[in-house]
Amino acid sequence: MFEDEKLEKIRNSKKEWQETTLSKTISRFPERKEKFRTGSGDEVKRLYTPEDVKDFDYNEELGFPGQYPYTRGVQPTMYRGRLWTMRQYAGYATAEESNKRYKYLLEQGQTGLSVAFDLPTQIGYDSNHPLAEGEVGKVGVAIDSLKDMEILFDGIPLDKVSTSMTINAPAAVLLAMYIAVAEKQGVSQDKLRGTIQNDILKEYIARGTYIFPPQPSMRLITDIFEYCSKNVPKWNTISISGYHIREAGSSAVQEVAFTLANGIAYVQAAIDAGLDVDSFAPRLSFFFNAHNDLLEEVAKFRAARRLWAKIMKERFKAKNPKSMRMKFHTQTAGSTLTAQQPDNNIIRVTIQTLAAVLGGTQSLHTNSRDEALALPTEESVRIALRTQQIVAHESGVTETIDPLAGSYYVESLTNKIEEEAAKYIEKIDELGGSPKAIEKGYVQKEIQESAYDYQKEVESGKRIVVGVNKYQIDEEPPKDILKVDPEVERLQREKLENLKEERDNEKVKASLEALRTAAQGSENTMPYILDAVKAYATLGEICGVLREEFGEYQQSIIL
Amino acid sequence: MSEKPIRVLVAKPGLDGHDRGAKVIARALRDAGMEVIYTGLRQTPEQIAAAAIQEDVDVVAMSILSGAHNHLFPKVVKLLKDQNADDILIIGGGVIPEDDIPGLKEAGIAEIFTPGTSTTEVIEYIENSVKKSS
Repeated sequence: MFEDEKLEKIRNSKKEWQETTLSKTISRFPERKEKFRTGSGDEVKRLYTPEDVKDFDYNEELGFPGQYPYTRGVQPTMYRGRLWTMRQYAGYATAEESNKRYKYLLEQGQTGLSVAFDLPTQIGYDSNHPLAEGEVGKVGVAIDSLKDMEILFDGIPLDKVSTSMTINAPAAVLLAMYIAVAEKQGVSQDKLRGTIQNDILKEYIARGTYIFPPQPSMRLITDIFEYCSKNVPKWNTISISGYHIREAGSSAVQEVAFTLANGIAYVQAAIDAGLDVDSFAPRLSFFFNAHNDLLEEVAKFRAARRLWAKIMKERFKAKNPKSMRMKFHTQTAGSTLTAQQPDNNIIRVTIQTLAAVLGGTQSLHTNSRDEALALPTEESVRIALRTQQIVAHESGVTETIDPLAGSYYVESLTNKIEEEAAKYIEKIDELGGSPKAIEKGYVQKEIQESAYDYQKEVESGKRIVVGVNKYQIDEEPPKDILKVDPEVERLQREKLENLKEERDNEKVKASLEALRTAAQGSENTMPYILDAVKAYATLGEICGVLREEFGEYQQSIIL
Repeated sequence: MSEKPIRVLVAKPGLDGHDRGAKVIARALRDAGMEVIYTGLRQTPEQIAAAAIQEDVDVVAMSILSGAHNHLFPKVVKLLKDQNADDILIIGGGVIPEDDIPGLKEAGIAEIFTPGTSTTEVIEYIENSVKKSS
């Protein structure tokens, strides 16, 4: 980036500064620590200068917004054109309750929906399954059939909002329900906008809501890619997620590396299934975590975009620029929130919001201050949404594109994260790709090591967490926290029984058998799932058929 | 004279997949010299009780973050009691609201550890409690 002569001058001045001004100060006032580190534990230098980016080629490595390699952002005008989508993940209890919360959020200026499902739904069990006991409606809304989905989106025009659904193993079923609800509203599927998470590999690694073994799971995913490329062209068919990998304790580099390695596995699986890379790759999307180390996080987002662009172009020979463009959703880091002095979490979330925005996110969920205690209250959710609105309208960081570009530190960190993530991906390639590396427990082990190191640093006081290991106070346990009424479970079961009496059970049976045959063969399962959903077959029944045909994943326990 | 190490079953009841805490605790207990068995995810109370008895553990340490603790923790206590294994120390951790704790203790959970607890606290608690009862 700089001419040799100028660099030489800078180097000399730096040396002089070190020997005079700096050494004088340090001899009298030593620095606070021997070594300084990023949130992920990488060493940070005292000062970054043009020397740290000396081999840097602006056009190659940064380029311009909306152009390869997308380091500076995926849209040509970024937030000057349109702000990111403010999307709060919400859902609890019954479809009726959640529908109310969605309408409230939309009234408060939220611009997209994000559906949280309860655990039985995420694992493909109906609310009356023995394993669902105690879990119905707890961490999200309970959806047993199309009937619940109709209530969930009642009065919400699906041609106007975009909806993100955090659903993985049964993603095809919930997408089919969404399509069916839209149809009843008179909205055809080609108009639908939104995202399903549909990322099974990170479920095996970090999140835990898997059902089927890897192979049939990958097939369901490619079935969705294919179906949507023809019928639901505006839908993001997958959200390849680093969020949960980071929550499980990974470093920033590992978050990028393992997420992109999973991305590579999905692209490869689809190509192996006979799809053309440019037919599905533009609809791939990503999901990252925003942690407290502001500058490291900004560098992470920029590095991830650049690395993915290169992978798509060089490794997969994509031709459509849209296939190389990494769009991503961000959520602030739940694991950084403390149960102690919970209002402090508002400040943490603000820093993380800045990281996401300065990193060029397409949409954002901000966590609520009380999430280390329970489900967030309405007031807490509103403050979290306001945090985004204040950053958007008052902080000024949205007025120009990628404002931290050119910072010696940020650029050098961006390079470093990209390089180290690429090394991890190489290692995973050597192990036979992401599914194999997961099977061998390599990825899980790496994350666990980082998580354990972090915990030890907090306990030794090497790492300060305000309110937890420093600046503690005696405090009363918080009063108004949201709890889900246990009555919800009974109500949901009752609804399910009624449904089974009202619906045409012959039609349900026929649709499930047709799905079974499709699952046994190699046909795309999606149209059969759609038929079953429309006949009001339940989620548990549909996943039950697939469980019988595909088997269930057995977790390998790594400690 | 070497004391017999304390045996602990670290268990994840319910459906949630958040096992970072359970795994960190398992590692820390092991580093503190205990013998640790980790069940993995999605264990029913029946599976946890059976594993506790089969592995002849001194402690069952359960972790849950889904909110199903009021339902699942007491079930494990009852199952162990029914099988005359009520000498096993049962503790729990996770996102558990303060006002649920008295009820859980009444149901037989010896102690509940909430977010921010250090592993040292848990280790000390187990060491003191198991020593007292043996």
